[in-house]
Amino acid sequence: MATVTTGKKSCAVNPLKMSQPIGGALAFMGLHGAMPLLHGSQGCTSFGLVLFVRHFKEAIPMQTTAMSEVATVLGGYENVEQAVLNIHKRTKPEIIGICSTGVTETKGDDVEGYIKLIRETHPEVADLPMVYVSTPDFKDAFQDGWEKTVARLVEVLVEAPRNPERRDAARVNVLPGCHLTPGDLDELRTIIEDFGLEPSFLPDLAGSLDGHIPDEFTPTTIGGIGVDEVATMGQAAWTIAIGAQMRRAAEAMEKKAGVPFRLFERLCGLDANDEFLMFLSTISGRPVPLKYRRQRGQLVDAMLDAHFHIGGRKLAIGAEPDLLFDLSSMLHEMGAHVMAAVTTTHSPVLARVETGDVLIGDLEDLERLAREKDCDLLVTHSHGRQAAERLAIPFYRAGMPMFDRLGAGHQLQVGYRGTRDTIFTIANLLIADHEDNHDATPDTWRTDGGHAAAVH
Amino acid sequence: MTSLSATIQDVFNEPGCGKNANKSEAERKKGCTKQLQPGGAAGGCAFDGAKIALQPLTDVAHLVHGPIACEGNSWDNRGARSSGSNLWRTGFTTDINETDVVFGGEKRLFKAIREIIEKYDPPAVFVYQTCVPAMTGDDINAVCKAAKEKFGKPVIPVNSPGFVGPKNLGNKLAGEALLEHVIGTEEPEYTTPYDLNIIGEYNLAGELWQVKPLLDELGIRIFASISGDGRYKDVASSHRAKAAMMVCSKAMINVARKMEERYGIPFFEGSFYGIEDSSDSLREIARLLIERGAPAELMDRTEAVIAREEAKAWAAIAKYKPRFKGKKVLLITGGVKSWSVVAALQEAGLELVGTSVKKSTKEDKERIKELMGQDAHMIEDMTPREMYKMLKDAKADIMLSGGRSQFIALKASMPWLDINQERHHAYMGYVGMVKLVEEIDKALYNPMWEQVRKPAPWDRAGESWQDRAMAQMDAEAAALAADPVAAEAARRAKKICHCKSVSLGAIEDAIAAQGLTTVEGVRLATDASGGCGACAVRVEEILASAAAEPAPIPALQAAE
Ligand code: SF4
Repeated sequence: MATVTTGKKSCAVNPLKMSQPIGGALAFMGLHGAMPLLHGSQGCTSFGLVLFVRHFKEAIPMQTTAMSEVATVLGGYENVEQAVLNIHKRTKPEIIGICSTGVTETKGDDVEGYIKLIRETHPEVADLPMVYVSTPDFKDAFQDGWEKTVARLVEVLVEAPRNPERRDAARVNVLPGCHLTPGDLDELRTIIEDFGLEPSFLPDLAGSLDGHIPDEFTPTTIGGIGVDEVATMGQAAWTIAIGAQMRRAAEAMEKKAGVPFRLFERLCGLDANDEFLMFLSTISGRPVPLKYRRQRGQLVDAMLDAHFHIGGRKLAIGAEPDLLFDLSSMLHEMGAHVMAAVTTTHSPVLARVETGDVLIGDLEDLERLAREKDCDLLVTHSHGRQAAERLAIPFYRAGMPMFDRLGAGHQLQVGYRGTRDTIFTIANLLIADHEDNHDATPDTWRTDGGHAAAVH
Repeated sequence: MTSLSATIQDVFNEPGCGKNANKSEAERKKGCTKQLQPGGAAGGCAFDGAKIALQPLTDVAHLVHGPIACEGNSWDNRGARSSGSNLWRTGFTTDINETDVVFGGEKRLFKAIREIIEKYDPPAVFVYQTCVPAMTGDDINAVCKAAKEKFGKPVIPVNSPGFVGPKNLGNKLAGEALLEHVIGTEEPEYTTPYDLNIIGEYNLAGELWQVKPLLDELGIRIFASISGDGRYKDVASSHRAKAAMMVCSKAMINVARKMEERYGIPFFEGSFYGIEDSSDSLREIARLLIERGAPAELMDRTEAVIAREEAKAWAAIAKYKPRFKGKKVLLITGGVKSWSVVAALQEAGLELVGTSVKKSTKEDKERIKELMGQDAHMIEDMTPREMYKMLKDAKADIMLSGGRSQFIALKASMPWLDINQERHHAYMGYVGMVKLVEEIDKALYNPMWEQVRKPAPWDRAGESWQDRAMAQMDAEAAALAADPVAAEAARRAKKICHCKSVSLGAIEDAIAAQGLTTVEGVRLATDASGGCGACAVRVEEILASAAAEPAPIPALQAAE
């Protein structure tokens, strides 16, 4: 049981956290033909855009209501109206997803009211799906923005089934948290389909931000789940929610359409995947395919081979709650000690992280704790690179943003296969670090003269 | 806020800005800011611009006062390099919460400054204002003043909240902060006749170091760099320099000009992109320093270095001539818009296409710069499909651009080279130009292209997405051609002024109806070229063609 504390500093140094409107915008990007629109000043969108472009290495659709100083005082109705009309005219989206920002929440623009008025005055957009989520920057974090947006999408777009008794037994809804990569979603789709089930992912970043060559040029999102398909999700037999952040959306689905849900807080690790596959086997009535029995064996073998290297390691990890819980638990199960854990926002899973304290803080805190506790493995997003350099310990990049390495969208951690690869990658980092920095020398164990070098 | 709006007005009045010089008083008041359209693609905000301009100062703490969005989503994302401190790469933000929004964030800001000074002891703290605290009325000037008195350290307010305008305004507001609070506040240890300020250069990818060895060799000292690889103390005492070079981008023209006015430091506007521009700049530096008292022999040594470096660079580039024969480059940039890059590429045997830039003489220099600026501007407004068509139509072999067009080019299997702010390679000075040519060669001749361009074996001809896109656009074009009325409407709908959103038709009508003959006249009548001014060259062309063949006036007037 970990206690959760919030940092007392007035100045965040080397932020771990990103803002919630862009978490919301990313969720909208998992819809087909979507245009995410931040209601705020242009800079907020521009920073978000650059961040996603550098992470996914893709063109990113995202627009702004371009609030000027004057507009923030007078209220943003005209800006939202013009933005919606312009986007409709120029890019013909299937849906516009609107997130507020700090700038427009400070005054408190009534965007739901604006949308209603826009629909009334402009017949051409009367039936255009528009979903609004309130996501002020001065509250919460990226993960919360994603969570609220997916829940809102369910509330607005899913239709209650006409006949709740006659559900489609083969259909399952999958509500993935923002800690899963497009590569993870592809893997899950394969696994679920191998049980003869038909999954609908909401949001589906796999189709939109997986770095493929597109079938067409569109200024909106490419791929992703269509608004029509979301509407029919109410007919599915089950909802699978992945990550505690998705409970809210799963509950909304249950409330609206009566679809029962099962929440998997983790999908990285042996036990976690055993549970997941047995669940799929139960709801599909099919045995676990041979392929996964083999993959399970490979994972067990990987754990056996890697425990020599991971066991006893002192881990410092900084990530949003669901990713932190998933990865730190997996590494704990491999024998690592979670010595320092820093996160961005509150979550029920934090109390169950296998460590004494979880701090809601920044990367300065993580670096300090890692130094104090003599950690020898750092796990966080790319912004940890400066700390890793100063600490001179192996650094495994996980989470968003990952701007200084390629393949962020394909980093795989779910399933037996994803867990296996994650374990190998981390173990190899540790092996390389040992070879480069900690190999035995004639002086390694010499104690006279006080020159004993630590060896791992 | 009143002092901020006064500063903004002052920046708009900048006489050193060539674009401003030919504007009326009223227009100048409106400033260079492009009125951004809601629902359009977003550029960086004024805060972004201020940070871009100042963050390369390496040894100070850059503290962002605002919600997490402003710093949390963007820190440590610049390509500048430091030869010393790494403090500039540390992200500091007050990360204000709801309570601060309701009750004000000044206390938090003050405490944040204290924490930074206690933990990191920098020579100065720069405090950046952002939109939300500007709205709720946090007075960062007052907090900085109090902190300065309390901690005995310079605490510099940078008043450039995002919503006052775009990036380029922020650049200038950053300059104003330096002029008001930093420059002239300290004295240098010693001075020499060879002390040079470099203004508006950010040392991206370390490119300043491609030129510095030459300056070192000549005994010219970079006295203060504003701001690439700069140090606080150097900037604070930069008013004792003998001369200044303002690097091409107009980002900090106000700094250069006001330092000339206040401290008598002459400056010139130059560039180290391209071979000839590099030579011109070195000469100009020597000339100014000599004018201010350096011995005249500096010029001889400078000419010797220029001759040596030019010969080396041209020889290195000449090797590529046979490889580049018949290869076409599409160069789209509003950033590195230097004529001498064009010259160097042409010297290497590359042909420039697609832009308005053809084989050119040096006299066309200004015009070419403007045309390229306008092209870059136009690209910002294009849909991906239009951009793809442009690439295809240009029949280019490689595209050099910055920003957004990258993925279109790459996904269209078009070799592409990054020449924007986040680029990995340094392209300055003589070595930089050779490097650019080398990189073009690598990109062009990578064997990968052959495979990635092949359709999947199961695709039939004409079925690829590229083919479909082209077919679609051809069909649209054919439909237009068959319908003269629609074609004319489409022709007239073409946007000429992107800042003020003025169409070709509107300009033609104004010319015809009012008998306009000057760009000025068109601007007054339609607002075209009243924004950034880049489209003035296009307006000239329209005026020229209108004069050549009088527009079909009767129909139009009948319609009115
Ligand atoms: S527009 Fe304002 S709130 Fe948005 S990033 Fe820029 S300074 Fe921050």
